[in-house]
Amino acid sequence: MSAISLSPKPESATAPGPTKPALRHRLAERGVDRTLLLILPGVIAMAALFCYPFIYGLGVSLQPAKGGVLGAYKSFFTDSFSEGTIWKTFSLAIPSSIINVGLSVPISYRMRGEFRGKRLLLTLLVVPITLGTVLTAEGILEYFGPVGWFNLTLQKLGLVSAGHPLTLINDYWGVLFSLIISGFPFAFLLTHSYLSGIHPALEKAAATLGAGWWQRFRFVTFPLLLPGLLTTFSLTFVLGFSVFPSAMMVGDPDGKTHVISIETYEQALQNFNYPQGCADAMIMTAMMLAVIGLVMGVRSLFYAGSAGGGKG
Amino acid sequence: MTETIQSPANPTPIAGKKFSELRLHGISRAYGTHTALHPFDLTISGGEFIALLGPSGCGKTTALNSIAGLLPLTAGSIELDGKRIDTLPPEKRGFGMVFQNYALFPHLSVRRNVAFGLRMRKLPKAEVEQRVNTVLELVRLTEHAHKLPGQLSGGQQQRVAIARAIVLEPPLVLMDEPLSNLDAALRLDMRAEIRRIHQEYGLTTLYVTHDQEEALSLADRLVVLNLGRVAQIGTPAELYEHPCSAYVAAFMGYRNILSLTAEAVDGATATVVGDEVRLVGTLAGAEDGASGVAAGSRVQVAVRPEDFKLAGDGATAAFEAVAEVVEYHGREFQVDALTRSGNRVHVRTPERVAPGDQLTLTVDPKRALVFAEAGEAT
Repeated sequence: MSAISLSPKPESATAPGPTKPALRHRLAERGVDRTLLLILPGVIAMAALFCYPFIYGLGVSLQPAKGGVLGAYKSFFTDSFSEGTIWKTFSLAIPSSIINVGLSVPISYRMRGEFRGKRLLLTLLVVPITLGTVLTAEGILEYFGPVGWFNLTLQKLGLVSAGHPLTLINDYWGVLFSLIISGFPFAFLLTHSYLSGIHPALEKAAATLGAGWWQRFRFVTFPLLLPGLLTTFSLTFVLGFSVFPSAMMVGDPDGKTHVISIETYEQALQNFNYPQGCADAMIMTAMMLAVIGLVMGVRSLFYAGSAGGGKG
Repeated sequence: MTETIQSPANPTPIAGKKFSELRLHGISRAYGTHTALHPFDLTISGGEFIALLGPSGCGKTTALNSIAGLLPLTAGSIELDGKRIDTLPPEKRGFGMVFQNYALFPHLSVRRNVAFGLRMRKLPKAEVEQRVNTVLELVRLTEHAHKLPGQLSGGQQQRVAIARAIVLEPPLVLMDEPLSNLDAALRLDMRAEIRRIHQEYGLTTLYVTHDQEEALSLADRLVVLNLGRVAQIGTPAELYEHPCSAYVAAFMGYRNILSLTAEAVDGATATVVGDEVRLVGTLAGAEDGASGVAAGSRVQVAVRPEDFKLAGDGATAAFEAVAEVVEYHGREFQVDALTRSGNRVHVRTPERVAPGDQLTLTVDPKRALVFAEAGEAT
């Protein structure tokens, strides 16, 4: 790379004496790293594939057939059925994220060390990732259906009377199960890797200082894990909030699981009311960003640095 | 979760928890078929400073972790004043431990790191505060009390780790190579600091290191380990002056270990020859009559670099060598020389030597230790 001189007096570049430091160093002093220009193609792709459609959609949402600029938004919030999708979506996404994160903490905590069969257990826990939503949904329909194994077992145990099976599919519960089955492997893998980033010597040190297992978890491992758990929560929340296929297949898409993405889909592609569909999508995005912003705000209150044991 | 450690009626149960002796009975540790630590016995009396010395992989950290309770023993028992403690989990043993990488809690301030053990014991706030302040003053970190460990230098982190272990005034402090991550100058400072804290608190300390100088300068007694076995136990002076094997001698500054043959044995001395070397040395362990060296047996001869003397012409030369590398060390020269048969010897001499010089070396018979070849010894 040839040196580019930005000197106002070009003759000084060749003159002996104190030479100016290279451009790269001068830029570095101002916090500019030209190597970062290499991310430019990525930024352009992002802008073309994500930002442009987003802004286009935002524009469309502000041009409804009637009701002025914010007409589509007004009609969303004045129609109790469409407004209700917000609550329905939250009531699926929040519990499923809490359950996924909550389950992955004790399981990954128990799976820290090396033990026989660890790889097999890891594989079993992670395999649901490879199942498509449709396959999971079919399994849920069969298993939790009125004459599925689950209800038959309950009947055999006398917990439910014959002819009155528990309604689990085409209902809220089916979608929740589906979100747990597909979301847990993500939550578990993330938690597992966050946990392995915490130096094992920290718990040993806590033990020699008189902390029992619960105190070690409560005062050392958990606080160090918490930022990771909040990130995990955000990711599984996004997965749950944008639930669509399972809400259609194992849920009650016209009633209890009429989530916001179904509402958006119906407005845009069944009613062909693009401005309304776009407005719904914008509301959905705003909701997700609000929750993620809140979680990240909470996260910034905690220590989120290295979880090593110090030097070495 | 109930705390059974002590009742609130007794607010300072751990202060001055001195013991008279800690007995290790044939403790050993095996990983599958590999024995990391062969059974060994050691009795530590209260207030003693013991160093476990050995190269990496000799089992010294295994020994320390077993005593701390972080590793279960394969065999043997540990008794503190007659009470068996090896069945207790680490949190019930109440030993302080300083880890090689310090293992400070990165999310807690220096003050809260130090207070951690006291808080686990649910001591009253005022007492925790007061004891933490005392210890922070002792390690000179009062003005850094509010910082996170990540904001401290290596030496400061080291002092936090020590403060955290000693604030509980534990009966035994275990230190796992605490100085190995520090630079040379800081290491000397911290060594003095550890010595000072030990003297001030009188805390019994078990200190693991691979650095003989550290061990000699700090410890009341040394335990030298070799491949998981105890090679020798003794005071620094005993080990320095009377190492029981060539292995221990090598650790105690005898950098020259020559493999030779005993030609004649005469009481406490032996004439040893081989590789164009001939010298007279003292049989190690001759006072006990158990040197195990007879005429004709293979021996190892240990000589410190500073005990080789450059002889003038006509003196009874032990052997000749050619200086190869000469380092200037201020008051003296460190010379690496090659004997005629190609063996390398290390010599320290105040005389000026240049590379390529022909050296005639002698050694005082008292300063050359003769050991039976390893494996032949009883």
